[in-house]
Amino acid sequence: MKKMLLSPYLVWMAVFIIVPMLMVAYFAVTTADGALTFDNLAAVSQYANIFARSIYLAAIATVICLIIAYPLVMILARIDVSFQSTVLMIVMLPMWMNFLLRTYAWMTLLGNNGLINMLFGLFGLGPFRLLNTQGAVVLGMVYNYLPFMILPLYNVIVKIDKSVIDAAHDLGCNNSRTFVKVIMPLSMPGVMSGITMVFVPAISTFIISRMLGGGSNLLIGDLIEMQFLGNSYNPNLGAAISLVLMVIILLIMTLLNQFDDDENRVLM
Amino acid sequence: MKKLLTLIAALAVFFTCACSHIQDEDEAVEEEDTVVYEKDEEYYSALKDDNVTINVYNWGEYIPDGADGETINLNAEFTELTGIKVNYTTYATNEELYAKLKSGGASYDIIIPSDYMISRMIKEDMLEPLDMDNIPNFKNIMDKFKDPEYDPGSVYSVPYTWGTVGILYDNTAFTEEEAENIGWETLWDKRYAGNILMFDNPRDAFAIAEEMLGYDLNTEDSEELRACAELLKEQKKLVQAYVMDEIFDKMGAGEALLAPYYAGDAVTLMDEYDHLSFVIPESGTNLFFDAVCIPKGCTNKRAAEMYINFLCESDIAYAVADYIGYSTPNEGAFELLDDEVKEDDISYPDDEFLENHTTTFRNLSDEANLEMQTLWTEMKSSEEETSNRLIVPVFMALCVAASLVILIRRHIKKKKDVF
Repeated sequence: MKKMLLSPYLVWMAVFIIVPMLMVAYFAVTTADGALTFDNLAAVSQYANIFARSIYLAAIATVICLIIAYPLVMILARIDVSFQSTVLMIVMLPMWMNFLLRTYAWMTLLGNNGLINMLFGLFGLGPFRLLNTQGAVVLGMVYNYLPFMILPLYNVIVKIDKSVIDAAHDLGCNNSRTFVKVIMPLSMPGVMSGITMVFVPAISTFIISRMLGGGSNLLIGDLIEMQFLGNSYNPNLGAAISLVLMVIILLIMTLLNQFDDDENRVLM
Repeated sequence: MKKLLTLIAALAVFFTCACSHIQDEDEAVEEEDTVVYEKDEEYYSALKDDNVTINVYNWGEYIPDGADGETINLNAEFTELTGIKVNYTTYATNEELYAKLKSGGASYDIIIPSDYMISRMIKEDMLEPLDMDNIPNFKNIMDKFKDPEYDPGSVYSVPYTWGTVGILYDNTAFTEEEAENIGWETLWDKRYAGNILMFDNPRDAFAIAEEMLGYDLNTEDSEELRACAELLKEQKKLVQAYVMDEIFDKMGAGEALLAPYYAGDAVTLMDEYDHLSFVIPESGTNLFFDAVCIPKGCTNKRAAEMYINFLCESDIAYAVADYIGYSTPNEGAFELLDDEVKEDDISYPDDEFLENHTTTFRNLSDEANLEMQTLWTEMKSSEEETSNRLIVPVFMALCVAASLVILIRRHIKKKKDVF
């Protein structure tokens, strides 16, 4: 009976997840005429630098998100519950707005005549080149994906039993030791899902790099978009790039999961 | 308490929306005295009761939409006249349009590609031949725009607009003498590093490089294309951003000093901002045509042809030209323009200039197209000199380090398990 209840979702998965994945794989290894070829996959290697840049920028953004989110959540977990929900709502608030709009707003903030440079101008500094740089792309990623790091972290950390921490103190751990030995291992599942939820969209984004990177800091997402909707129409190459990207993400996630204790392993 | 706050917030949002809406209507009332010609009611009412919807796919900022409250909303007018609903969407480059059609994800009834893309689509059998009997207003098109090179015999397309490419610049940053000397090479001038915007599509960008190097704009020679890519790569260090329609915001806000763009959009921008000027380099430029076509797979060809005919009405074509600023190929619309505009060198350069200093794009061979696209991606993805080349080695090192840590952890765990 329980299995019967599961079947709609299984059908959904098969039709909208498994089949498209197979189609991506199929397109990646065929030419436009449908003949089998490995040229597409071979052609991906000339874009190695774009892959490297995407991984690099997404990794930086993920680390920054983690550094911002972790202390915030630690503090959040200790304060009054009613205040917690208010802060959480403020975290969620930007997400009510359209993603494009949020990124577009940064364009006007960071521009040469933007608000930030105008502020610097008051003190006789600048204007600095803020927009159309890799830094702006990372900023866009951090800003847009930070809630995805905070929420899973919060869910895990708020549930850590106070008595466990008390026990650690009773057994002679000072605060920093308690953190390293108790809180950090217990929060690992949250960290892992946070990293996954920030890193994966960050690595494949294209609109952030287009708007804040000025079109000259291409990421993999831009490259894929170009093959399907943009200036160079080649869906087979696009599929090949996507396939390689999926493999890379799979690899990185497996690697990360190794750090986790086996019983707490998070699914990707 | 919370609920009350939410309610107040919701009401505030609602009223702001409502007020802005009322304001819109107010503005719409004071519509300027546009010329309105009689339309052939009988012709346009043929599909009135059939509840037809057509999908129109056009360039961004390329039709009067009544957004500023002064101009007519062309699609709404059409719906009112014919009862045919218009589903209007936009694209930014010819290549994007091509990709959308090729991938077959959507069906459109009306598209407005440029010259070379029309040739390519004709060659690849992507367009429906037009039935000119259903488009009587084709007679309004000037003779010199009928039977164009990109569509011999005007079988598949009806010209919508035309224009040239030039350089839009911020006149506050240039002395008169400097402004006079602005040419394509100015886009490679190191003094303006970081203040140059560039086309974000390969064909237009390569055309500028080809002008610089004195090549034909339709060259298919591999060596020449490579040389152009080199030149663009060199320019990349000076370029602030690669953009298309974003140019409206960026140049308007004074974010950049120089940007090559289409004359029509430049006219619109100059109307709005005093600090912008436009120059068409004497050395030569690209002359382009955008024409209305019906793609294969169109759902209602009769309605689509009616739309084309509507666009060819003199007063409608005039409203288009007046609003988007591009030059019109429509005789009647041209007559309606102010003399000042008619004699303007930017919108309507004389025939001698068009003849001797401009080139129209032709469709390139598949090989040349592929090569251009590959070179373009390569150029766009090339690393800036300043950014470090250490990314790959560092990443590799991190991977190795991570693997080592995992191995050591496993080792320690095993040891623990032994005890």
